[in-house]
Amino acid sequence: MNAFLQNCLNGISIGSIYALIAIGYTMVYGILRLINFAHGDIFMMAGYFMIIAMTDLLIPWQISIVIVILATILLGVLTEKLAYKPLRSAPRMSIMISAIGVSYFLQNFATYLFSALPKSYPSIAVLDRKITIGTISTSLVTFITPILTIVLVVALVALISKTKVGMAMRAVSKDFETAQLMGVKINNVISITFVIGCALAAVGSILYFTPRPQVYPLSGSLPGLKCFVAAVFGGIGSIPGALVGGFLIGLCETFIKAGIFSEFSDAFTFVILIVVLLFRPTGLFGEKEREKV
Amino acid sequence: MLKINDLHVSYGGIRAIRGVSLEIPDKKIVTLIGANGAGKSTTLRTVAGLVKPDSGSIELDGEELTGKSPNEIIERGIALVPEGRRVFSNLTVLENIKIGGYLRKDSLDSDIKKMYDLFPILKERNWQQAGTLSGGEQQMLAVARALMSKPKIIMMDEPSLGLAPLIVRDIFDIIKEINNQGVTVLLIEQNANMALKIADKAYVMETGKITMTGTGAELLADEDIRKAYLGKSAK
Repeated sequence: MNAFLQNCLNGISIGSIYALIAIGYTMVYGILRLINFAHGDIFMMAGYFMIIAMTDLLIPWQISIVIVILATILLGVLTEKLAYKPLRSAPRMSIMISAIGVSYFLQNFATYLFSALPKSYPSIAVLDRKITIGTISTSLVTFITPILTIVLVVALVALISKTKVGMAMRAVSKDFETAQLMGVKINNVISITFVIGCALAAVGSILYFTPRPQVYPLSGSLPGLKCFVAAVFGGIGSIPGALVGGFLIGLCETFIKAGIFSEFSDAFTFVILIVVLLFRPTGLFGEKEREKV
Repeated sequence: MLKINDLHVSYGGIRAIRGVSLEIPDKKIVTLIGANGAGKSTTLRTVAGLVKPDSGSIELDGEELTGKSPNEIIERGIALVPEGRRVFSNLTVLENIKIGGYLRKDSLDSDIKKMYDLFPILKERNWQQAGTLSGGEQQMLAVARALMSKPKIIMMDEPSLGLAPLIVRDIFDIIKEINNQGVTVLLIEQNANMALKIADKAYVMETGKITMTGTGAELLADEDIRKAYLGKSAK
């Protein structure tokens, strides 16, 4: 029973991090119909930004967090401007391939800058503190991760459903051209989407790496793919879907790891991907894409 | 007055418009009729800033609009009701109306009320997702949305397409009503008969060129037009 609760907490915690990153995939897909394969690597770069800020520059963690978020946003928006925007009217496949290119570029650029050897992630004492609730004990970061995620998602959903910019985002996701006819500046909306996605990835990165010892250039690769699966599982384009997908993948993975199939846990994620694509390609909350006449 | 001068536009490598000139006088209804693929929609889309012309000019009251972006065109008072209505099906009716006034800085409230007076059915549907509306209601919503930008000129691309005859009559009544309120209308229609009846001025377009012009009544009476577009043989 104790182990079960412990696994639940761990699963929900890693699941919320997956959710934060999955939202980045799902939002960009919703607006641009692009699967931003570089998203996981942007998450990895956020890990290095933290090392630079805290370990190399000795900036206190409170300020470092802000720097990491801003730097990650900058990287994401820059990626969009340089690698995706020029391909706006190109076939969708081109921009997707460009995204794969950015992904490999960032991995190799990180190798060039920081070497392929893992670097240790700075520890934030407050977050590492052990807490005990009833019979389960965990570090504070594991405990606050789901809470922070829920707060951020609620704020995001409110932004999208209640504000003018949110309305513009929904309009653009439905119909690019007609949104332009309303005077919506598409490029601004796309930039805002990348800002939000990257900010969440940066927060996710801090929560992900804090309880883990190190970052290396491929750190973002597997988590990135898992979050992509989470987004597809929940229904790509849907924010609640990304949240639920993230939680489910995180929980499944944790329980499989705790069981006897430990090595199978990553493979399992991709079994989910294949099963979802076979039987419910639109995911849990995805809307059916109707062909426009 | 909106003046289009010797406009040439290519679309996916095909020269869709080859030297079109139009004059749309203030507060009039001007219609552009012609077969599918004649370049009517492309003309409107070019004016709206969605397509860049190869050459030629578009001027509104002497100001050059050629090559401006869609949001700059709207700010200067030209709105387009696109073909197929294209309401945002995932937004509510009210949100669709609001987004029509996206660039306005002033309060939208009184104009929203005006739209509900003009289209009472939309008020009843206020909180519904626009995707749940009928075709006619969606067309009214698309018109209301365009009016929210307070245009001097409203361009409509096939507003009667796919609607039942009774609803088509409603739509044409609304077009006249909008025009009575002082908005210039540039109308593309397949339903040439009804369009010519309400038009002060009409152009016929064939394969990217203007082939004939006159008042609505003149073209209605023209033998060739009757044969080609009105489906009536000469008696």
